[in-house]
Amino acid sequence: MRRYFADANYDFIAFRRVAYGVTGALIVVSLLALAIWRLNYSIEFTGGTLVRIEMKDHAPLDVGQTRAALDANGIKGAEIQSFGGPGEYIVRARTAKEGSDADNTQETASAVGTALDQVAGQGNYTIQSSGAVGPKVGGELRSKAFLAIFYSFLAVLAYLAYRFEWRFGLAAVAATAHDIVLTIGFIAVMRIEVSLVVVGAVLSMVGYSLNDTIIIFDRVRENLHKYKRDHFSDILNRSINETLPRSILTHGTSLASLTALAVFGGEVIRPFALVMFFGVFTGTFSSIYIASPVLMMIEQKWPGADIRGVKTIAARPAGEPKQPVGAKG
Amino acid sequence: MIVTTLRSRLILTGLVLLAAIAALVPRNIKIRERGIDGVIRDTTQRRVPLKLGLDLQGGMHLGLELDQSKRISSDPAKDLDLALIVLRKRIDEFGVTEPLVQKQGDDRIVVELAGVTDPVRAKQIVQKSAFLEFRITDRSRSLDKALPAMDRALQRLGVQASSGVAAPSAVEQLLQGDSGQQHVADSLAPVVGGALSSLIDPNADIPGEYLVEEGAVVRVDSLLNLPDVRALFPRRYEYRWSSAPISLGAKAYRALYVLEERPIVTGSNLVDAKEAIDPLTSGPIVTFELDRKGARDFGEGTARNVGNYMAIMLDDRVQGRPPVIQERIERRGQITLSGKSITEARDLALTLRAGALPVPLKIVEEAQVGASLGEDSIRKGMIAGVAGTLFVVFIMIWVYQQAGVLAVAALGLYVVISLGALAMIGATLTLPGLAGLILSVGIAVDANVLIFERIREELLLGKTVRLSIDEGFRHAMSAIVDSNVTTVMTALFLFQFGTGPVKGFAVTLSVGILCSLFTAVFVTRTFFMMWLDRKPTMQTLSI
Repeated sequence: MRRYFADANYDFIAFRRVAYGVTGALIVVSLLALAIWRLNYSIEFTGGTLVRIEMKDHAPLDVGQTRAALDANGIKGAEIQSFGGPGEYIVRARTAKEGSDADNTQETASAVGTALDQVAGQGNYTIQSSGAVGPKVGGELRSKAFLAIFYSFLAVLAYLAYRFEWRFGLAAVAATAHDIVLTIGFIAVMRIEVSLVVVGAVLSMVGYSLNDTIIIFDRVRENLHKYKRDHFSDILNRSINETLPRSILTHGTSLASLTALAVFGGEVIRPFALVMFFGVFTGTFSSIYIASPVLMMIEQKWPGADIRGVKTIAARPAGEPKQPVGAKG
Repeated sequence: MIVTTLRSRLILTGLVLLAAIAALVPRNIKIRERGIDGVIRDTTQRRVPLKLGLDLQGGMHLGLELDQSKRISSDPAKDLDLALIVLRKRIDEFGVTEPLVQKQGDDRIVVELAGVTDPVRAKQIVQKSAFLEFRITDRSRSLDKALPAMDRALQRLGVQASSGVAAPSAVEQLLQGDSGQQHVADSLAPVVGGALSSLIDPNADIPGEYLVEEGAVVRVDSLLNLPDVRALFPRRYEYRWSSAPISLGAKAYRALYVLEERPIVTGSNLVDAKEAIDPLTSGPIVTFELDRKGARDFGEGTARNVGNYMAIMLDDRVQGRPPVIQERIERRGQITLSGKSITEARDLALTLRAGALPVPLKIVEEAQVGASLGEDSIRKGMIAGVAGTLFVVFIMIWVYQQAGVLAVAALGLYVVISLGALAMIGATLTLPGLAGLILSVGIAVDANVLIFERIREELLLGKTVRLSIDEGFRHAMSAIVDSNVTTVMTALFLFQFGTGPVKGFAVTLSVGILCSLFTAVFVTRTFFMMWLDRKPTMQTLSI
């Protein structure tokens, strides 16, 4: 039996104030980054320029090299697609610069020309036409996705209130909302272009984080029944420690396969891997340091006849852990 | 006891796997296409019936522009934006095919459809403008009274009654300003009545209906559009042609209807339309439902016109013969499509639901496009996917040893079953959709990790192997169920409110989670039972 982090006994909850400071700072950084840089949307959202290319003698074009050359010439996330017959391609692209559509069209077309000179060589291709194209997805995609997440939060609250207790639902939703803010902040700080793939990554992160929180809460629910006399923070610590082997293994596997995606996936898949990579971290962090302490805070503020039938909980001063802080591998 | 359960579990697993494989077996797909010579023919291709999206596979590309030859647009920019919205709705009604509908420049719309097997039908759906109107036919028969004056006007222009065959050329000359002095030889046929009245035959039964011989339709249309004739046309009335010819005896006729200028209600007040089969005639019909305002207008209009005839017009053509209004009609009604197939009724219902195009569109460009992600990205993505999978397999087997092998085997089944399920429901797989699938793989692995960790805990408590496995599965279930139910709930909301790729993500995630629950819990359990069955006296578990 190869067990890792078995019988661990870390006092996670004791460090919650440090964690609050860290996450508060990160939230401030996220909001600042969003305010200063804003999100950089991909051509799928903004539209851009469509350039049509015909290769001389219908020779094939090395799409991978062209993409890399475009990247070097300031055009990120270009779509290069075969079109009609052999040796004919369309490129949908957009320069990162702000400006009017007309400026952008000319600039993009010339940047595409420069890249093609490097890859195919001058005179080996002709630019048939270039012109502006509108966005692929309507602006409603963003607002509707957020709306959907908002409604699903309400549903999760209701479900967890039924299966656990309303406190658990509130704490889980708070943790997930925290993750959404931090992940979007991460996207802004890293200047990652928001493409449909990145939207997919953010949605995956939401599912992943919620999953992780509920797995710890499931153990909390069980331990509340088992150890009726223990203090709430001890029960939280015990639950986090007991699920630690699972957490390490699941997150480890996720990070391993995301690393593979980031390293081998190429320009199109890398943003997905990066965002999910960050999402795994923040999802794990928030399950331990947002969901659990928030649950405890709610318990202290609104003590009620809960699952255990316990009426009140005495708050223990912070920094006075009952259990020793220690590690066993 | 255990043997019978094990057997039934194995049978169920086998059946699910077989169904998935059956859904993935490459099969012949008929592709209907209009060749360069204009003939529609079917070709067959053999392929795996899993639909890949535009980003992974490419598809059919159509460039569309406003066709102002039929209806002039007063504000082309606005009409193009409207057309964009209507096309999005029309093509992506169920939200899982993920087409591309994009504006190009100021005057063109690009539509790209993934894996189209019937391009002719696809083009029809894109082009049909679906402008629905209900208008009352002219009960006063005012055209009958106006015809003599029209004949006289035509006579002044020098147009004679003719057999109608060479008519267009005569009219063309007139329009080119030849002042009508030259007479075309063909048009010197014996005159019975006037140039128009000889071609238009009023129907005694339905006021406002006139029959014109199929061969004379173009001539009548041209004559009625001459400025001098148009000026004599009854005021507040317009004429429209029927959509299909009527055969009477050996001859084919086209009906011409004189209709009130103002429709009593239009398709913009329509909220729902469905195709159906008329139980009486067993022909296809489209039933529709109007919104509150539409129902009120329709109710007032029909109540005022009981006993009159009402023409149902689609794209300026009268559908079928106008029925007589028996009584006040409000919310619901139906359109009879004589001589059409149920597919056409379904397409009509679909286009009516999505709304009308403000101006018809013409196809100015048609081509096959490759994958929008580019072949290079797809290749790299596949390498990355394989590498990621190998990592997972390695970690699972390293940590859980023989039990890990079982989990990996279940994961293999998961891949086949989830792809089979996606093929069965006809979902289109795109890159955001693959993200959902990857997440569900992660969840499948996590479910196994949860179960195995639990089994270990039970073993460490000193329980027997058999009991530990039972308890491990039982205790892990609550966490697995609760976490998956919330994830599926999120996915359902994303499906309900999301658009395009968000919907695709939601579909693959929900399907993936259902399949992962089956393989990670049910199939893995079955594997454990097999294992115990073969070694009933096992004292230690390789986990």
